[in-house]
Formats: sequence, structure tokens, C-alpha cells
Amino acid sequence: MNELSPKKLTAKDFATDQEARWCPGCGDYAILKAVQKTLADIEATPENTVFISGIGCSSRFPYYMETYGFHTIHGRAPAFATGVKLANPDLDVWLVTGDGDGLSIGGNHMLHVLRRNVDIQILLFNNEIYGLTKGQYSPTSRPGTRSPSSPTGSIEQNLNPCAFALGSGARFIARIVDTDLKRMPNILIRAQQHKGASFIEIFQNCIVFNDKVFAEFTEKAAAKTRQLFVEDGQPMVFGPDSAFGIRQSTKGVALEVVNMEADGVSVDDLIVHNEKDHLLATMLVNQAGIDDFPFVLGVIYCDPMSSYDSNVSAQVAEAQEKSPNADMKELLFAGNTWSVS
Amino acid sequence: MATNLAHSKASDGDNDSQSPNIEQLESVVIRFAGDSGDGMQLTGTQFTHSTALMGTDLATFPDFPAEIRAPAGTTFGVSAYQINFGARRIMTHGDEPDVLVVMNPAALKTNLDALKPGGTLVVDTGAFSARNLTKAGYKETPLGTSELSMFNVIELDISKMTLEAVKEFGLSNKEALRSKNMWTLGLMLWMYGRQRQSVIDWLQGKFAKRPEIAASNIAALNAGHAFGETAEMSGDLGQKNVGKADVPPGVYRTITGAEALALGLVAGSKLAGLNIMLGSYPITPASTLLHQLAALKQHGVVTFQAEDEIAAICAAIGASFAGSLGITSSSGPGIALKTEAIGLAISTELPLVIVNSQRGGPSTGLPTKTEQSDLYQAVYGRNGDAPIPVISSSAPGECFFAAIEAVRIATKYMTPVILLTDGYLANAAEPWPIPDFDDLEPFPVSFVEANQEDFRAFRRDEKTLARNWPIPGTPGLEHRIGGIEKDYDTGNISYASDNHQRMTDMRQNKINGIAKDIPAQEVAQGESTGKLAVVGWGSTFGPIYRAVEGARADGLDVSHIHVRHIWPMPENMGELLAGFDKVLVPEMNTGQFATVLRDQFLVDVIRYNQVNGQPFKVSDLSARIHDLAK
Repeated sequence: MNELSPKKLTAKDFATDQEARWCPGCGDYAILKAVQKTLADIEATPENTVFISGIGCSSRFPYYMETYGFHTIHGRAPAFATGVKLANPDLDVWLVTGDGDGLSIGGNHMLHVLRRNVDIQILLFNNEIYGLTKGQYSPTSRPGTRSPSSPTGSIEQNLNPCAFALGSGARFIARIVDTDLKRMPNILIRAQQHKGASFIEIFQNCIVFNDKVFAEFTEKAAAKTRQLFVEDGQPMVFGPDSAFGIRQSTKGVALEVVNMEADGVSVDDLIVHNEKDHLLATMLVNQAGIDDFPFVLGVIYCDPMSSYDSNVSAQVAEAQEKSPNADMKELLFAGNTWSVS
Repeated sequence: MATNLAHSKASDGDNDSQSPNIEQLESVVIRFAGDSGDGMQLTGTQFTHSTALMGTDLATFPDFPAEIRAPAGTTFGVSAYQINFGARRIMTHGDEPDVLVVMNPAALKTNLDALKPGGTLVVDTGAFSARNLTKAGYKETPLGTSELSMFNVIELDISKMTLEAVKEFGLSNKEALRSKNMWTLGLMLWMYGRQRQSVIDWLQGKFAKRPEIAASNIAALNAGHAFGETAEMSGDLGQKNVGKADVPPGVYRTITGAEALALGLVAGSKLAGLNIMLGSYPITPASTLLHQLAALKQHGVVTFQAEDEIAAICAAIGASFAGSLGITSSSGPGIALKTEAIGLAISTELPLVIVNSQRGGPSTGLPTKTEQSDLYQAVYGRNGDAPIPVISSSAPGECFFAAIEAVRIATKYMTPVILLTDGYLANAAEPWPIPDFDDLEPFPVSFVEANQEDFRAFRRDEKTLARNWPIPGTPGLEHRIGGIEKDYDTGNISYASDNHQRMTDMRQNKINGIAKDIPAQEVAQGESTGKLAVVGWGSTFGPIYRAVEGARADGLDVSHIHVRHIWPMPENMGELLAGFDKVLVPEMNTGQFATVLRDQFLVDVIRYNQVNGQPFKVSDLSARIHDLAK
């Protein structure tokens, strides 16, 4: 640390002099603001912070962060991030990607960075559309989505990012809405503190090519009735006056929505969120938004285990400890040698 | 363990060169051939180690199928290992074997054409069952027929003698027969007076957890050796002596190209003062480098087996961004996948070493066979104007120095570098005089120091045009890089047309400028002007050298030039080529380096090409050279 600069950094100190080139009204602006504020709040050091991105609208993000940054190639950001962490595990690495970059061209890398549990934060901006290439449907676009490349409607099944992440072995999964500046910083902090890969799906509105695609649960009126914000150790209640709750279905292995008063159910009968419960997380991400089930936000799953980069460092350290005198000469002369005089 | 040849005892092997009953030979070529499951590669490797320890010079050629265990007894499952060893300098693995050892009919069928007329053929008759003959495509046994009449055929029931030798260990028939390669090895070690101890040590180490397997293999080895001693054979199966080669003094070891590459990359990283981060994805014949480096963690080497070729190079670039020496290794198809990322490393000006162990192409091609057909891919194969230095290696041990040179250029010029080897180099072994690490010139890297006033990520060295290297974790140097065109001065995104012209010119000039920083092109053999220059690159060094040597002995005016730096080439290259009436370029491709030479120097080169998956034969090259130089 530089002793001459005890001044606490503010959100502004994490902003670069580059003018952001997103469309006016783009959800990315709100996310950028939340991230800059969070870094200031947690007193992050700019020199130890790295933002890595692929290609797409969201991937311009590093240019606007006064930290180290690498705008790489389409879909491959997880691999670059892995290399950065292997070279210097002390760096705090953030990965910014989108539904096309992270789940289409880069789906394979996303799977493996989660499976290996590399200690990074992954912010996946999901707007269910290709923005930078002018509006084609993406792997998260719902069937029927009309776009320049699907004029009569997409006929593909859409991918559920959190279900994908859980299936890939992710140990931290959270969801939040782009403009939710009240609750986003805390989720970012939780992700940053989590050792291992943290996967955050951010519902991000593309005002030009897919405006209001999440309106059914993000519009002010809908937010109250259609959002369930889960918190570890808290019963799952939602809706106006917390009138609704989630309990285990009596009809099978599933969760169900109850109207507590009408159904004669008390808070004690509801499911208490347990971040370490993988089966619960699976049900939450798969049922979210279907029929009367609310859209689930917050930290859905968090069950840490040792990270890939720390395990790699440990193996190297162990080998060095076992052979403290390993030098080039010893290596060159290893095995059978003979001398000619 | 070090053996001093001046004091080594002849307790085992080391056939007495004074004995009148022992035939003295200048050099011998032996080819071991059998089923993939017969352990021919192990037999060859162990014979090689034992031979090297005796002080003979040697070169080897492992020649194996792509299938791990092709159906037993089939011709496409035949695996072979050829070794040329001698009391003189050995430059190639030998055109034609003097001795061919075949463990089954399929091995005979596929390798007989190679055997020198009058050569010795050792046959395991125990494997010549009707079933195996049919599988190999023989209607009746070739043994005893006119097909083999021009060879000295030694028929031995190696299978039966192996079973007897290991009877006491109570193994199944199948397990016991696995030792027949060791029986054969024992016989050949006796025949050429090679010692057994290094093989015994190796077997005990390899089968430490299954001592009965170690013991049965050693018993088979000893039985083969004893058979030679007691059978009182003479002539073709009598003892022979191949003396020590007159090689420069020093401490030697055997080394394959893959081993030398690993050592060279580690040495290069130490000379640069960096840690290695290798990102790699398994692919034949490049995986060996991943295996080698994965075992060197005690030297601070980090290896990352990525999910695919793309992730492998991207992780390596990420590591270079963060201050490590990023390395990636693959073969042609994998390099194709890495192409976009190579462009990013060029654009962001990060050091990176890309090793291509070439194999036969296109597409999946011939995974286990050697070729030099990725030269266009290396020099030209990217989108945009994307120049990159390309270096090649000419022999297994030479891979060590080529790797160091690749690291030096990558770090000094802040650029990815492609290092071309091939399947032959990766697997072939030779005795190697171990260099003194202290004699190698260090080229320490310096990162940009913290809190620089007027810091710029793309500030350039005026002479080399290389940008400086600021790494994350350093206060005050926060910056962003990426694949979008950058402003020449600030490094910020720039779409300005003049700037793109300037940046494109700079990238070109930076790489072209490396020509001033590499050794002038030397002539490997012969005069620096004359009638004919034979210009090669890569693993063809041995056969070209021998062919030119032969032609010169016949009085022909021929020189051998072997190029390490493919791109850019040394500054004197054009002038050197202009000094010859004719230029012949032998390559294991359809003429790719010839194209580059024509393009760069307007030389009317003559192509000589071969893409049959095999290294050049000296005799073929000699014929062409005689045609052109007479």
C-alpha cells in the first residue's frame, strides 16, 4: 500500500476517463455504477483488481473501470481469467460476460471455469438477445422470439443460466435485476468474499433490441408480486404484505406457492432458505417464473470448497518444499549420464 | 547416475574388441517390430539407453500407429522402433535396417521392404500361428520360402523360450508372454555387447509395486542374454562389437526432442527470470511436452490442462498479461483452433511461446507420422496483417536451444513466437552433450515499476519497437488492453484510419527488425558459394547433412544450409542464396519453405518433396543431389 494516500477511494475513483459507449437507458450503466460503488465500499485496491471480458456490449465494461482490464476475444474470458489467477492468485478477478458470449460461443469455458472453481466473480448480463450484432436471438431467448435471424419466431429451447451453472458444479449462484441498486452491492460483496467461482446472473434490459423482456417481474407493480428475494436462514415469503410463501409441495418433489391466510398456512410451515442445500437451489432455479411461482433473486446457493488456483499453488509449493535444491543443473543432469574424456 | 567410460568394466557386455571371434562393425541399424501390445517402443528405448551408456553415437526413430491397441496381429497395429548406432558420428536413424526383429507375421509383412538385402531377420516363430498369418494377410507362411531367400533368417521360438524362462513366477500365459520383448532385448544386448544393468534398474523401478512382474521380465531378459551366450551361434547371430564413437568430450545423456523442449523452456524462463504457465490440451504428438512440464512443479512450473485448445492458449495469454511466461503447445489441428487468440497476443503485444509439434495433415491427417506442412500456417495463417516470428529446431537436442531462443525473442520483443518441431523430433532420441547452464547468456525481463509519471502501457523501446510490460498488482499502472486497434501513443481504443496504418506498419517493422538480432545464416557444410546449395529446415538436418557429405566425398560442389529462423530470416540469407547456381529445398511437405524463399529473395529454388509420413532417406536425397550437381 502507498502510505502517502490514506484517502479512502470513492466510486468515482473506480471510473476511467473513457466515455461509456452504451445506448442511453441501457441497463449496463446501472450495473457499472453498482460495481464501482461496491469496490469503493469494500476498499478494493485498484492495482490488485482485474476486470476481464469477452466480446459483446457487456464486454466493454473493463474500459470503464479504473483497475487492470483485459477485453479479450469472444467467449474465452473464463480461460484468460483462469490464466491470470494461475499466474497471480492474489489478484481479485472479475469476469463480465453476456448470454451470447458466456453461454453460446463461450459455453464450454463457462462450464469448466465453474467446474474447476477458479476464484473469480462472474457477472453474466442476461438480456436474452445479441445486442452488439443488432438483435439476433440468443441461447436464453424464449421460444417464439422474433428477431432478424428468427423472423417467424425462434424455435429453440432457451437455456436457464443458473440451472446451467448449478449443473456445471458452481458453488455460488445469485440473481439480481440490473436496476436494483439497493440490493445489488450486497450480492456483489458476497460474491467477492466467496472463495471460488461466483456466478451472478443479472437480468439486464436491452432498451433497443429487447426492451421490457423482464417487465413481468421488474416493473414496479410486478416486482412486489412476482419477486422472491431469498436470504439464508429466512423463511421464503413474498408479495404485498408478505402474504405469500413457499412450501414443499404435498403433491410431489417440488415447491409450491401458498397464500398464507387463504390457505391457512403459518410462516413456520414455509421453507427456510438454506444456501448450502443443492436440491433446494435446483428447485428454485428451475421453478422460478413458471406459472404462479415467483422469480427468485438473491444468493440462491453458496457452499464453498477449495478453489482451483489455490490447489494449483499448493501442489507447486509442495513440490518445491520436497525438492528445495531444484535448480537447472540438477534438472539437466537428471537420469542416466556418462562422461566422455 | 554417472558412468565414466574411461573406467567402465567389461563385466557385462562391452564385447572385447581384441577377440578374433567378434566381428567389428562401424555402425548397425536395428529395427524392432511387433504388435502394438508387444512393447516394441519400450524395447527400443531400453536398447537405446543401454547403447548410449556404452559411448556409441546413435539416432532413433519410433514409428507407431495412431491406435493405442489396434486388434492384435493386424498390420495396422504394428509398432516399430529403429535405432542406428555406431563408432562414428550418427546423423540419421538409418535408411535401411541391417537387422530386423519381427515379433509376429504382421510385423514381417509391414517391415520387410525396409530390410537391407542380405540383412538379418530375427523371427519369433512362436507367433507365426495360422491365425496370425491370416490376420497379416499371408495365405501360407513366408518362412522358408523364396520371399525371404535374400535375407539371413534366424528362426527362434521366442514365445516358447520366454514362457519357460518365467514359468516359476506362476503368471497367466498372457501375462507371461508380455515378457517376450525382454527376452528379445536380452538377446540383442548380448549380440552387441550392451550391458543389462540399466534395463534391470528400470524394470525394478517401473514395477516396484508388482515385484513378480519385475522379476519375470528380468528373468526373460537374462534368459535371452544367456541364450546368446550358450547357443554358440556365430555368423549373423554371433557377437559383434560396435566401438565407442569419437565424440567431443563432456557429460552426455540421451534426450528426445520433447524432453529437450521442456528443459529448454524451463531454462529460458530462468534466463528471463519468469515463471512458466503452460496451457495445453492433449494432442498427438505434442502431449509429451505437457507431461514433461507437469512433472517439473519443483521448478515453479504451472501446467494447466485446459478444456480445449482455445482455452489452453487463452489461459497462457492471461498468464502473460499477469507477468508469467505463457506457453502453449499443440499440433497442427490444435494450432488452427488457437489462431484467433494468437492474433490477440499480437495485437496486445504480450510474450507467448507457441510450440507446434507438426504431424501429417490436413485435418486429422496422420497423427503419429511426421511432416513439415504447417509452415504456411505458422508464417501466414491468421486474419489481418499479423506478423509473428517463427523458429524451427533441427534435431532432438537442438530443441533445447531453439526453445531458449523462442523465449528470448518473445520477451525481448513482446510478441508471440511460434516454435516448429515435428513428430519425428518429439519422439526421436540422441546422445546429448549436456550444456553448462552458466554459459548461457541471461536475458532478464524488467516489468514497469510502480507509480511511473506519464505511464503508458504501450510505450515503446525505440530500437526494438517492443512495448513495455506493466503487470497487474503494480500500483499506479492500472490500464486496459484488448484486441481493438489501439492509439499509437496512448494505447486507448482508436478507430482512426491514419493510426491503423501506423500501427500495422509498426507491427510489421517490429517483427522484421528481429532479423538484425539473430545470428547470420551459416553454412552447415561446404563452401558459402558454389554450384548447389541444399537448403533445409527442421528435422531434415540429419539426412540432408549425410547426403551432402556423401556428395562432397564424391567430389561434387555442394553445400548444406540449414535454417533455424524461418521468419524473419537472417539478414544475409538473400545474399547467401545468390552465391549458388542452384538451390535445392528438400521438405516433408509440398514446397512451403520453397515458396517463402521465392517470395522473399526471388530465388528460382528447386523443390524436393516427400509426404509419406517417414523422414527422408539419405539415398533418395543423394540421388537428387548427384543429378543436380554433377
